[in-house]
Amino acid sequence: MIQAEELKYAYPGSPDVLRGINLTINDGEFVAIMGENGAGKTTLVKTFNGLLLPTVGTVKVDGVNTRESSVAKLSKDVGLVFQNPDHQLFSETVKQELAFSLRNFGYGEDTIERRVATILETLDLTRYAESSPFVLSGGERKRVALAAVLVWNPKHIILDEPTIGQDYQQKDRLRNFIVQLNAQGKTVIIITHDVEFVAECKPRIVLLSRGLIVGDGPAEAILSDDQLLARSSMTRPQIGALMHQLGDLGLPEGVIDVYSAERAILQTVRRRK
Amino acid sequence: MSLKVFDGFKFAKLPTSIHMMDPRAKFVMTIGIFSAALLFSNIYALIVIFLVQLPIVYAARTWKKWAASMRAGLFLAVLIFVMNFVFGSTFVFSAAMTLRFVSLMSAFSIFFMTTSPDDLGLALEQARVPYTLSFTFTTAVRLVPTMALDAQTVIDAQRSRGLELDRGNLVKRIRNYIPILIPLIVSAIRRSIELAEALESRGFGASPNRQPLIVLRMKTTDYLVVALTFFMIGVAVYVYLYVPLPTPDIAITMPKIFPWL
Repeated sequence: MIQAEELKYAYPGSPDVLRGINLTINDGEFVAIMGENGAGKTTLVKTFNGLLLPTVGTVKVDGVNTRESSVAKLSKDVGLVFQNPDHQLFSETVKQELAFSLRNFGYGEDTIERRVATILETLDLTRYAESSPFVLSGGERKRVALAAVLVWNPKHIILDEPTIGQDYQQKDRLRNFIVQLNAQGKTVIIITHDVEFVAECKPRIVLLSRGLIVGDGPAEAILSDDQLLARSSMTRPQIGALMHQLGDLGLPEGVIDVYSAERAILQTVRRRK
Repeated sequence: MSLKVFDGFKFAKLPTSIHMMDPRAKFVMTIGIFSAALLFSNIYALIVIFLVQLPIVYAARTWKKWAASMRAGLFLAVLIFVMNFVFGSTFVFSAAMTLRFVSLMSAFSIFFMTTSPDDLGLALEQARVPYTLSFTFTTAVRLVPTMALDAQTVIDAQRSRGLELDRGNLVKRIRNYIPILIPLIVSAIRRSIELAEALESRGFGASPNRQPLIVLRMKTTDYLVVALTFFMIGVAVYVYLYVPLPTPDIAITMPKIFPWL
């Protein structure tokens, strides 16, 4: 469980970026942190693995206060995948890149070999095992960065803008993969501006604006609240907007994804017949 | 790893006499301090060169940033002292070399903290440096804070993967920086290629005859600063050639651990 209490954070010489966050993320939850640019989303998740320590308040990961632990220790349980893969790739081959963190955490060579092979297979990267990560495409590099964190099997996984630079099919695969991870009992936290992606996944949404939580609830409720969305410089997903526009026809509110919309439309049409 | 050292090279506009000086006059002053620091290896002379800079920092109202950059450079300063001392230099000479480094760092820190990259570009252009070169130089200066931010992100990303920069002996600690340096170099190269393409797409270099909107003009105080700098350099050369400077009598040396040195 990740718990933030009265969390405030300010970068040196700047005003507070986080201005009193109270948030509990339970084990096995799927949460999307959303909000306008500069709302404090990345700053918030950086406090979860101790990269940033609160200026006021506390952050506890599975009961451990982040002030009383180290980034290396916390990272073993909290895997953070950064937005730009180029900020972390450095090895000669993809295989070595994946082994890097396992060596840091002190795993034996047998385990490293086994885990690297498994994660390469899972993320469809086996054919790139001996390639340099720098010659891969943007989307592939992003997958390598994801694999480089998943390889040590952290309990909580945080993905910062995972959909940027991914084509539609890759986004689909990513969504399935995230849902699968969550089904395995992992806590998954994503930071994203991609309302369409969130509408398809339907996680719990934590909406930030100017360093404060302004909304927290199921995706259907948050992504249908125009006032809340405007406050965070967001709009409804396209399906949600369409269903809202067609509300006069008796279509229900709060429908945000294609499959639910299809069901709702068919029900309405059948009723009218 | 502290990246505060970059703050000491970041320009911030302030209404002080140092900020408003002509960049060319400031550059001559910086080169004057630079030359004097390289000329002397006597500790008293280097103390004077260092102290001369303090009133300038005071007048520029950049104490905090200057102090932060000095603190951030502490590691290198200690390294210079230790390396000199371990490899057979006396205590006083090692301290002098450290002070030389600190003086050089301070001089360039003052210059970059008080000179905007735009003024620097104008000064280079008016000194008939080709525009492409002056643009390259000012862009590099402008990108220093961006690179510092990148470096911090890379450090955060690698620490999140269990990298502990301060773990291990000296060799291990130096090797710990490889996962930081490679992504940083790669992203710098990628950024420079993207920048070059963006510039070319926007017609950079299409017109060979550029007309600057602002023309820098030296004021009386600027000429005075240049004259004073040349005078001080003359005094420094005279002292170096004709005045025997005392050396403190501290005979501490490291026992010879490398007999071939």
